[in-house]
Amino acid sequence: MRYAMAIDTKKCVGCSDCVVACQTENNVPHGYCRDWIVENVVGSYPNVEIELRSERCNHCDNSPCVRCCPTGASHIVEGGIVKVTHSECIGCGACIQSCPYDARYSHPDGYVDKCTFCDHRLALGQDPACVEVCPTSCLYFGDLEDPNSEVAKALKNRNWKVLAPEAGTKPQLYFLT
Amino acid sequence: MKEELFVSGRNIPYIDPYLNIWHWEIPVYLFLGGLAAGIMFFAGYFTIMRKEKEMQATVKYAPFLVPVALVLGLIALFLDLKHQLYFWRLYTTIRLESPMSWGAWTLMLITPLSMVWVASYTREVFSRWDWKFKILYQLEELIIKNRKSLAWAMMFLAVILGVYTGILLSAFNARPLWNTSILGPLFLVSGLSTGLATIIWMSKSKYERKVLSRLDLMLIGVELFLIIHLFMGFLAASEVQIEAAQLFLGGEFTVVFWVFVIILGLIFPAIMEILELRGFHIPIWIPSLLILIGGFVFRYVMVEAGQITRYLY
Ligand code: SF4
Ligand code: SF4
Repeated sequence: MRYAMAIDTKKCVGCSDCVVACQTENNVPHGYCRDWIVENVVGSYPNVEIELRSERCNHCDNSPCVRCCPTGASHIVEGGIVKVTHSECIGCGACIQSCPYDARYSHPDGYVDKCTFCDHRLALGQDPACVEVCPTSCLYFGDLEDPNSEVAKALKNRNWKVLAPEAGTKPQLYFLT
Repeated sequence: MKEELFVSGRNIPYIDPYLNIWHWEIPVYLFLGGLAAGIMFFAGYFTIMRKEKEMQATVKYAPFLVPVALVLGLIALFLDLKHQLYFWRLYTTIRLESPMSWGAWTLMLITPLSMVWVASYTREVFSRWDWKFKILYQLEELIIKNRKSLAWAMMFLAVILGVYTGILLSAFNARPLWNTSILGPLFLVSGLSTGLATIIWMSKSKYERKVLSRLDLMLIGVELFLIIHLFMGFLAASEVQIEAAQLFLGGEFTVVFWVFVIILGLIFPAIMEILELRGFHIPIWIPSLLILIGGFVFRYVMVEAGQITRYLY
């Protein structure tokens, strides 16, 4: 099993619903977030192109954040989801340094926190909060190894890219272009 | 053609607009680790070379600073942690993949070792010291008999500690400025040099200072060579590393780096040491202090600048 997410940059309107849904679902403290919107503007008027991306932890296959963690607090669970055990984290910040996507933050309570692909919802058979709430349904989630999953189907018929593949972490967020 | 990036819904403390999660604590930790490694390395080396008589400051006096430096370094590391109550978790696992982990364990080994070394010289340095218990005297005798083996262990662990202070940074692929394998040897050499500067400052013997100054000149030469190599490597690498190098070649860290690290921290003290060796009278604390300041500023600048560098997408 390999969980992954596909994000349709052509359908996303940048409304930030996914950001708010995550903050609510996961009790993210005020001023922090586990997912965010990037607006990539290329060109100048009248030839402008905008790409909108909903970004979060890439749950990398080759995750430097797990490797550099001195206590094992950062770890990988079923389906390749990268998680942090709060009660094992000493807050050394190594994993924050190691992430090319700046996807982790230091929680005001001291430990490091990040996107979990809402694995507590997955356990109930539900989709992650951001996927569920997206008004344009531009987020696709599921098991990459299952050809009938939403994410596998989305990737089959479209061009896609991953962010900063040169960083070598084998990211698992696929951006449909 | 213009490209602009806006990130909305994000202004996270210490992460945005650019990463700044490590502050002064980590450079202090790296500096003190390197300094301690330097002193231990030469204390071990000159013991193995049977030069204890001639090199008293190296073998006997300066090592008293080592446990102090290491404990202060560990305190700095502790202050850097944001979940401090869980500090002990560092010492319930060993993870060889994580430099933070094996480095912390190296410190756990080397700190008591340095204390044992210091204990074996305590009565020589403080002539009125009394160990009070007979067993402690027996222990002291045992240590003194095995000083040579201790010296080997110290040299070995000192090299690991010195290299570790660089690897801690170089292991982060996500920060292009740090991600170069030269950082390990570079920090080791710089640490050895700060150690020597400290010993030279403490030494009262002309002969000892001469020997150490010569060694230090050599180390400064190697350090300059490695720094040139570092920048050559960056400029020949990918875009992100070229950008990282630009921070020091015209960017915001140019002045601090070239003035405090290269000129005042390496070249100037080297010239003074050469003059001293040529017989000019130079207050020895000046080059020593400059080297120490330069060594600290070097680590500080590397940690600050490295966090700014990143992959762009
Ligand atoms: S995106 Fe960052 S935090 Fe997430 S798995 Fe990759 S390296 Fe780790
Ligand atoms: S901050 Fe926590 S999760 Fe991150 S590397 Fe340190 S101990 Fe591991």
